[in-house]
Amino acid sequence: MRVTVKLYALLGQYLPSGATDNQIEIEVAEGATVQEVFARFNVPPKSCHLVLVNGMYVEPSRRPQYALQNNDTLAAWPPIAGG
Amino acid sequence: MAWARNVLRVNLTKGTCKNEPLNMEWAHKYLGQRGLATKYLVEETDPKVDPLSPNNKMIMATGPLTGTCASTAGRYSVVTKGALTGAIACSNSGGFFGNEMKNAGYDMIIFEGKAKSPVYLYIENEKAELLDAGAFWGKSVWDTEEGIKAKHQDPLIRVASIGVAGEKGVKYAAVVNDMDRAAGRSGVGTVMGSKNLKAVAIRGTLGVPVRDFKRFMKVTADAKKVLADNAVTGQGLPKFGTQVLMNVINEVGALPTRNHRDIQFEGAKNISAEAMAEPRKGDGKPNLVTNAACFGCTIGCGRVSTVERSHYTVVDRPQYQVASGGLEYEAAWALGAATGVDDLNALTFANFICNEQGFDPISFGATVGAAMELFETGVITTKETGGIELKFGSAKALTDLAELTGKGEGFGAEIGLGSKRLCEKYGKPELSMSVKGQEFPAYDSRGIQGMGLTYATSNRGACHLRSYTVSSEILGVPVKTDPHVTEGKAELVKAFQDATSVVDSSGLCVFTTFGWTLEDIAPQIDAACEGGWTVEKLLEVGERVWNLERKYNLAAGFSKKDDTLPARILKDAAKTGPAKGMVNGLKDMLPKYYEVRGWTSEGVPTNQTLERLGV
Repeated sequence: MRVTVKLYALLGQYLPSGATDNQIEIEVAEGATVQEVFARFNVPPKSCHLVLVNGMYVEPSRRPQYALQNNDTLAAWPPIAGG
Repeated sequence: MAWARNVLRVNLTKGTCKNEPLNMEWAHKYLGQRGLATKYLVEETDPKVDPLSPNNKMIMATGPLTGTCASTAGRYSVVTKGALTGAIACSNSGGFFGNEMKNAGYDMIIFEGKAKSPVYLYIENEKAELLDAGAFWGKSVWDTEEGIKAKHQDPLIRVASIGVAGEKGVKYAAVVNDMDRAAGRSGVGTVMGSKNLKAVAIRGTLGVPVRDFKRFMKVTADAKKVLADNAVTGQGLPKFGTQVLMNVINEVGALPTRNHRDIQFEGAKNISAEAMAEPRKGDGKPNLVTNAACFGCTIGCGRVSTVERSHYTVVDRPQYQVASGGLEYEAAWALGAATGVDDLNALTFANFICNEQGFDPISFGATVGAAMELFETGVITTKETGGIELKFGSAKALTDLAELTGKGEGFGAEIGLGSKRLCEKYGKPELSMSVKGQEFPAYDSRGIQGMGLTYATSNRGACHLRSYTVSSEILGVPVKTDPHVTEGKAELVKAFQDATSVVDSSGLCVFTTFGWTLEDIAPQIDAACEGGWTVEKLLEVGERVWNLERKYNLAAGFSKKDDTLPARILKDAAKTGPAKGMVNGLKDMLPKYYEVRGWTSEGVPTNQTLERLGV
């Protein structure tokens, strides 16, 4: 299945070449979890402060089990703020 | 100590400048800056006064920590009755002006009356005089600041001034200091212009004594380490600035787009922090040149940017081919998503103009968005706009209107009315996305429920800086809450409102609270000032300030009916994203909010509440 991965701010450094606008579409196995996708890009789990799937927050404790669906969008940020 | 214990009272009608002692009883109850200046305004003016009347007063106020070595301790506020809103106005600015004012020996400068002809106030260490500003009237903020420094042959003078927008009565004119830092909201610069006061120029070298020097050095150093070690204040904000929120808020479906008709912007990625850091296709240079810090700040969230020299806005215009104040998130949203424009060069240029001529980019961009909707629905045509094709997404329309509004010319004079007056003029009041006459900032409260209550109850009209629940609802600071529920938001909003009132009264920047709690702030105030400043005492000050502001607004004529949101936010469901199908649940939050505030069901503080707080 295909998912879109978006890594922003300092996490952008973990995106492979070929990514544009801080995002890349990838093929993953059925049932791939949020944590597995981060591992594929060598993103340290502790660096992922804000993690959204289709815009909805996924808390840290759910990330190892949270199975992605086909066409899901996974987005992550390190600790950030603004105003 | 820490307070200078000195107020400068400037009577512009009589042309006098007199020093007087600070009311220390009030200082112990209202701390400083926002709280203390509000107390003075409440005691000295009629809440029903016309904001542009000579009887309105304008107060520039520092906090007790302003000018000390605490991190970010360079803030000052401008407090008055707002020209845009008719409500209490308190606009806070950084840069270096506040520090200079405090080091010149003043906690506060109270301006009253109206000068017969344009003047500026010049201060050098407790000596103040009003000087003729005829040579600067009609000049921009940038030219005025440079001109005053040149006239006095002193490049170290710090200047706060109005541009042509403030002179021409643009309702959301700002007071701009240090070229690109602004007390931006609610029309405090409009009030300044109405008084024929062009600028305040200060040179101050007196120093700011603190109560317990050794302890102050220790606690401020400890607190700086907290900010440095925090991933947000130590890394995220310096590197990406507030603009890092653009993609976040778009992703969560709370980015107001095209006058709040949509809730996600397809062009967000082109105007984000990440886009500002990318080399441009044309010249290979990024928009962002470097970050910048205000006085004493160890965070450094400010942006310094350029417009690409081949861009239509700056060709053959060398004054704009410079590195200057870049886009913060709020400005980028208002100039961009609110108008549907995703040309980063155009947004940066429009932001330059807002700084140069002194007007609020939030209210300006949001008003252009409202005008674009009036245009696209046929309510106004090129006849009214002076030939401007005012379509959503038009960068040219945006930048043309920025220049016209800054000078109060053509259709820019109508954009300068703000969205409420503009939409009322054309018979479509429902298209103004505002509360109490002030335009929303960059969060759609259909996707972040607590922000609806924040906007509806903000004492200065729609504002994110009165209770930034985005911090909890989206960013998880200090704890993560669900942005889509209304339960618990009344208590959350009150807690943010009270704590923010404290920070705004201290001389510190509210951005420290991404790393600090009041547990970090209280020891710094206590080491600097006598009075036994604990977290509990500070929270009481915060609640007192909030209730005093509310009392002022009620006396000015506002009531429960003004604690509301536009019908679009309450009735038109979000079309896309995680909040699809949602409206803001204000009706579920407001009664509870009044209850936790200790107010009646009509939103009036009870006698018991006022007595408890000593208001």
